[in-house]
Amino acid sequence: MGKTLFDKIYDAHVVHTQEGFPEVIYINTHYIHEVTSPQAFDGLRKRNLPVFRTNKTRATADHNVPTKDQHLPIKEALSRLQVEMLTKNTSEFGVELYGLGHQYQGIVHVIGPELGITLPGMTIVCGDSHTSTHGAFGCIAFGIGTSEVEMVMATQCILQYRPKKMKIEINGKLGKGVTSKDIILYIITQISAAGANGYAVEFAGDTIRGLSMEARMTICNMSIEMGGRCGMIAPDQITFDYIQGREFAPKGADWDKALAYWKTLYSDADASFDKVYSFKAEDIEPWITYGTNPGMGIGITGSMPSLASIIDADKTSFKKSLDYMDLHPGDQLLGKKIDYVFIGSCTNSRIEDLRLVADFVKDKRKADDVEVWIIPGSKQVEKQAIAEGLDVIFKNAGFDLREPGCSACLGMNEDKVPAGKYCVSTSNRNFEGRQGPGARTFLASPLTAAAAAVTGKIADVRILL
Amino acid sequence: MSDKNIKKTISTLISGVVPVNIDNIDTDQIIPARFLKATTREGFGENLFCDWKKNADGSLKADFPLNEPKYKGHRILVAGNNFGCGSSREHAAWSIVDYGFDVVVSSFFADIFKNNALNNGLLPVQVSPAFLKKIFDLVQTDANATLTVDLEAQSIKITATGETENFEINPYKKMCLLKGFDDIDYLLSLKPQIETYEKQREFNF
Repeated sequence: MGKTLFDKIYDAHVVHTQEGFPEVIYINTHYIHEVTSPQAFDGLRKRNLPVFRTNKTRATADHNVPTKDQHLPIKEALSRLQVEMLTKNTSEFGVELYGLGHQYQGIVHVIGPELGITLPGMTIVCGDSHTSTHGAFGCIAFGIGTSEVEMVMATQCILQYRPKKMKIEINGKLGKGVTSKDIILYIITQISAAGANGYAVEFAGDTIRGLSMEARMTICNMSIEMGGRCGMIAPDQITFDYIQGREFAPKGADWDKALAYWKTLYSDADASFDKVYSFKAEDIEPWITYGTNPGMGIGITGSMPSLASIIDADKTSFKKSLDYMDLHPGDQLLGKKIDYVFIGSCTNSRIEDLRLVADFVKDKRKADDVEVWIIPGSKQVEKQAIAEGLDVIFKNAGFDLREPGCSACLGMNEDKVPAGKYCVSTSNRNFEGRQGPGARTFLASPLTAAAAAVTGKIADVRILL
Repeated sequence: MSDKNIKKTISTLISGVVPVNIDNIDTDQIIPARFLKATTREGFGENLFCDWKKNADGSLKADFPLNEPKYKGHRILVAGNNFGCGSSREHAAWSIVDYGFDVVVSSFFADIFKNNALNNGLLPVQVSPAFLKKIFDLVQTDANATLTVDLEAQSIKITATGETENFEINPYKKMCLLKGFDDIDYLLSLKPQIETYEKQREFNF
């Protein structure tokens, strides 16, 4: 019996097994940020422990940071304290920090891959559920809690039980205006926000093979939105080409050795999965959510389910959700007036996302009554966007291009959508209050978000292309 | 194990419940992101379910279960399916513990939340959808109905009727909860194995 990609990597990282105990798994790369690390550093201090392998932990400030005037002190006192605490902690414990003002600063799941720190075959953790993003490189990557952050800093290991394995195949040709964001939103709608609970998910099929690394990251990023332990894609030439030459990627003989290993990282033809789904790319249209979990989505031309079509057990939650959104069951979303557009987050803030949006809005202008925020995922993305003149295109379109950070994805920093307002967002969560208390979120692709920005309404981008 | 690392231990609990009959309660509802700015583990209980328990002006919503006097002091939170999905924030578990809950009951828990709960002495008890419904129905007729949770026996009982279900918990975590055992102490005891692994692994990044 062959092995799955997940098991090949997992098996290579088992340090210790003992009857009645979870397995001890070695972690190759640990990313930390300001929100979920302070209590972990505190724990180390209380135990009088150092960070065990300082060169395997990297830090950045992203959740709390403002996206305007980053050169000035952070205005909000508690946010400033948390960011300063990260600086103090990383310096005291000898951990490398790409903090505010650093050329590598950015959203943790954007900078890891772009710096060549994230590599195939690795185990990667971070106190952030969207760590699943890194699985796009063919590694096991998942979010952990703060107690586990402390555990990894203290021992470079984590305790795990082997999850079940799921394969999701997508084959066929994507239609015009359909992006990897639409693929993942479509999948979550099909299998639900809890559909991958307890599974490590591998995405496969020729549609996935045809995607760029950045598009693959968008898919793995949202694996957690269907409950997956992690999401992963076997590495291939597209992966290797992306990594080669990046700052911290292996070089010379190390590269050759790494490459030879990486080429063994795929699920064997006779590997067995506990669950397999298969979808056709042709069935996927630009996708958008209407409710308050990422599984509540419809095709852009579709209608929301009617109340009668919802099973009794789900009726209360469904109604609560649509009441919050102030939407009516059975209606279409097309033509719905919106107030904000947010293009950013660890899901869709990479240079390809910005290029896609710029290409679409070139010589267009945003609707007058819509506010549009576009937030690059990192300083490097920002620099590249400016080098390519995308900043000028955004300015002419009336888009507000800001500085890197998590921004309006999670209502933790200054960027919040006001109560009752509708926002088309390229982020990953449409939970109640996620983008600010009372904010109403429609999750969609960067193209659908751009179409909403220029029309002021939920629109089918395919007609505008 | 030194005193400072000892966590709260749980064995048997008989308590009334606070029912929050909503599915897919995500960690943004349990503790909204704007409250994650503290750098210690304490004080999060005050903001547990903040946006559901308070009106925009800060006044309490009388009909939210946490605010209803009839449930006051109850130490078991009972919630709908897929509890704790979303963000990995351990603050969600901290806020539930800090508020005064020892046990959370649902028909399913999201992965990361479950780990976080167990790491903080909060026992997640997964019951069948039918048993969960029974609890919700019961509390509706008798707000003071109690559940008996026995970790040693891995059972949850409706105290008045004796109806019982067993729940799963992995043996290691059960021992941690019963004895206040700590993951980090366990891993530190394996330092030699960890160092050997590092040396032996041919391709160690």
